[in-house]
Amino acid sequence: MDQNSVTPLWKGSSMIKGIALLLLFQLIGESIVFSSGIPLPGPVVGLVLLFVAMQFCKTMGFSLFSEAETAADGFLANLGLLFVPAGVGIVALWSELQSQAGILLAILVASAIITLAATVWTFIAVQRLIGRE
Amino acid sequence: MKRPTELWVYLSASPLLWLTLTLFAWLFAVAVSTRLKRHPLANPVLISIALLAGTLKLSGEPYEKFFAGAQYIHFLLGPATVAIAVPLYRQWRQVKRALVPMVAALVVGSFTAALSIMLMGAWGGLSRDVLIAFLPKSATAGVAMAISESLGGNPSLTAVLVVLTGIVGALVVTPFMNAMRIKDYAARGFAVGLTSHGIGTARAFDVDQTAGLFAGIAMALNAIATSLVVPLIVRLFL
Repeated sequence: MDQNSVTPLWKGSSMIKGIALLLLFQLIGESIVFSSGIPLPGPVVGLVLLFVAMQFCKTMGFSLFSEAETAADGFLANLGLLFVPAGVGIVALWSELQSQAGILLAILVASAIITLAATVWTFIAVQRLIGRE
Repeated sequence: MKRPTELWVYLSASPLLWLTLTLFAWLFAVAVSTRLKRHPLANPVLISIALLAGTLKLSGEPYEKFFAGAQYIHFLLGPATVAIAVPLYRQWRQVKRALVPMVAALVVGSFTAALSIMLMGAWGGLSRDVLIAFLPKSATAGVAMAISESLGGNPSLTAVLVVLTGIVGALVVTPFMNAMRIKDYAARGFAVGLTSHGIGTARAFDVDQTAGLFAGIAMALNAIATSLVVPLIVRLFL
């Protein structure tokens, strides 16, 4: 591209465009949840809509979402940081929960193992059932 | 010249201090985790939470003041959840190839994750509020917190339980699968991603590329499944 040409507004700041698109899909998701009353978190509806939109664009053969992909990679690479503010809220709850900490942890460990087992066995059993590999 | 205590009073009332501290706590925690070769126990989320919670305890500042600064980071959970569409889109071909076993494992796994908490929690005498915060613990934290909050649970408790679930799953998956003599790395990865979201996925990538790929897919799919399953279980049992 010619260095001296004026960058079109929309093509300019790609990071901003990526973030704006992610926020737009969250906004649409939140709007649908609010108006329809379906019991889903708005961002999850946004996730599904963005996925559908990306598949649609791929089928139609045009690319709209490369900046959104870059922004998404950035968010997902630092996802853990975003859990920290809420997690620190445990200090406000600690006095209440202290007495239950043992039972909570025991249930958590048992549930994790049961979930791992149920998931892996279902995956393998169904794979055998439909006769692949 | 003002006294240091006055400076603290001034700074601790502004979002700037707590936002900056949160970012540096995270950078420090990531450095520690990297030093310890990303061992699941050295989880950067848990280290950051411990550092910041300790700072609040020591300084006696209320959580509300901290959150006034940290809320700018918290806000980004929404777009970060939408962002999960991107890896799902990129791996869709893999998903389609094993669609039937995946959907079956997703349905069984997401119900098992929540129902096991429901049953053991009721048996263990947990209160309704704690149960609601506990049920979505296998979904990635942003989604789990949103589910918990929408049903009247405490998102902070959910966040901590989600991270702990991630760590536990990442720690037990390899010895457990080896003991069960399961050698299918796609199935192993899918199970740990479903159970232990991003932390399990990171662990799966350490063990095997295929396992990591399927773990990432399971995490994305279970974010959606959990937001359908948990409200249903709450409506049926609570």
